[in-house]
Amino acid sequence: MWKAKIVVTYKSGILDPEAKTIQHALGNLGYRHIENVEAGRYFVIDFDASLSKDQAENLTKEMCAKILSNPVIQKYSYNLEEVNS
Amino acid sequence: MKFGVVVFPGSNCEHDAYYVLKKVLSAEVFYIWHKETSLRLFDAIILPGGFSYGDYLRAGAVARFSPVMKEIVEYAKDGGPVLGICNGFQILLEAGLLPGALIANAGLRFLCQDVFLKVGSTDSAFTKTYTEGQVLKMPIAHYHGNYFADEEVLKCLQDEDRIAFQYSSAEGDISEQYNPNGSKLNIAGIFNENKNVLGMMPHPERAAEKILSSEDGLGIFKSLLENN
Repeated sequence: MWKAKIVVTYKSGILDPEAKTIQHALGNLGYRHIENVEAGRYFVIDFDASLSKDQAENLTKEMCAKILSNPVIQKYSYNLEEVNS
Repeated sequence: MKFGVVVFPGSNCEHDAYYVLKKVLSAEVFYIWHKETSLRLFDAIILPGGFSYGDYLRAGAVARFSPVMKEIVEYAKDGGPVLGICNGFQILLEAGLLPGALIANAGLRFLCQDVFLKVGSTDSAFTKTYTEGQVLKMPIAHYHGNYFADEEVLKCLQDEDRIAFQYSSAEGDISEQYNPNGSKLNIAGIFNENKNVLGMMPHPERAAEKILSSEDGLGIFKSLLENN
């Protein structure tokens, strides 16, 4: 069985006010040496045992492009892991 | 003229829009449940504000796949007028009927306040009862109202006269200090290419009676009524 771990973040050049606020808060807490902070959404999707790796990957890409991310402002990355059922 | 007001699970401004059309303007108006798949009866469609599907994932991202949306895309392609208010605007963007996206307000606060809007284009089925440069007072109530589009899209919106409303001062000054949420070019509302789709963050239906301190929103509904 395949498990997709998906991270959706804002594209570079888009000022994410949430990430900026987190960066600011980290600075206020005394954390130095931080150049940039990105914030995003994390999804874990478990596929059933009938899917091959290629099928799972194709579905993951399709879902990311169609609904899990908004391509106008966001980018996505994913990892596929094989898990024992 | 028949108006249709779409209701998604989590919409909460549908009754305000219905009320303005029915009681203030004595128009014919019907609710459309999001599972409907026929819109041919209607002369104009309104996507109201609210929190469709709890704003889960992204505002409008789930509603955009409701059965009625396929019809609305077709309806808009055929030239039917579609007005998206607040969450309705977010849904229209997610559906690709309008360009760009709405992200969290620059100040990371839910904003609930009156704003001034400068009317951009009056050359549309929604804005023809206004005069160019007129300043309107309407409330906003949103967390995700920070309009973003890349430079190319912004230039296109300007060149094609597709900016409907911009946040301004009471005198119509469009500078950054009058931008409540960080929107590019102070954009509060935009049209599609054919100007039969309007998306806007402010609530015209909440500024349609004297008792609500402004009647400036009525012009949009009156413009639509004049089309017939």
